[in-house]
Amino acid sequence: MAKKQVLVACGAGIATSTVVNGAIEEMAKENNLDVDLVQIKISEVGGYVDTADLLVTTAMTQKEFPFPVINARTFLTGIGTEQTKKEILQELQK
Amino acid sequence: MNGANILYSVVNMMSNIYFNESVILLNVEAASKEEVLEKMGRNLIDENLVKESFIPAIIAREEEYATGLPTAGVAVAIPHTDVEHVQRKTISIGVLKDAVEFGVMGDDKETIPVRIVFMLAMDEAHSQLSLLQQLMSVFQTEETLLSILKEENKTNIRSLLEEKLDFGVLEGEK
Repeated sequence: MAKKQVLVACGAGIATSTVVNGAIEEMAKENNLDVDLVQIKISEVGGYVDTADLLVTTAMTQKEFPFPVINARTFLTGIGTEQTKKEILQELQK
Repeated sequence: MNGANILYSVVNMMSNIYFNESVILLNVEAASKEEVLEKMGRNLIDENLVKESFIPAIIAREEEYATGLPTAGVAVAIPHTDVEHVQRKTISIGVLKDAVEFGVMGDDKETIPVRIVFMLAMDEAHSQLSLLQQLMSVFQTEETLLSILKEENKTNIRSLLEEKLDFGVLEGEK
């Protein structure tokens, strides 16, 4: 399976994406998945349209991308985190 | 100063994150989220922790990327902005007298009545993972949020957070 490139984005690329990045890293390790995690600002996503497989973000985005977008707010509130993890894992295992 | 206070001061000094009663604001009266950000930001400017540009930057960022979180029990917001407006990293806490509507993170329509604001002033991007993770676990503990909400003593809030957020962990983390 080719290594997936996962973009982790928030508005500033400072706080929330750091937390989400850490959570996905841990998840990938637990499931023995080799993932290329790229932590960016949401405004920088455009530069990765050709290479990314998935966008996980806490910021809203109205733009359409050629890859799936998963909202990661649950990693911050703790409500519904398991469901979000499942969704991400499903994409990573595709 | 008793032993515990001296220890706290040493930890704060070593970890280089500024956190004490001066960045904890209680009974903040504000009619809008902009007013909350203005008041909390002004305090950080007065404490020489952020630059004048921090206020317009954090207001603009909140408008573009809302930071309200529908956490259990008490909704919180975690406004923050780019590192260039920050002089010294700090986490400022504002307990609002009455709830103020903030946009919900990742949603362009929904708003949520927020009672506690954790304003993050970070001086490096992509850093402080452990501290941020610990902060998120504070948000996920309804009991802790409720204690902050009803607490009238800043020192108690400081102690509570120093217990939950291991500021010492920051040491060596870049």
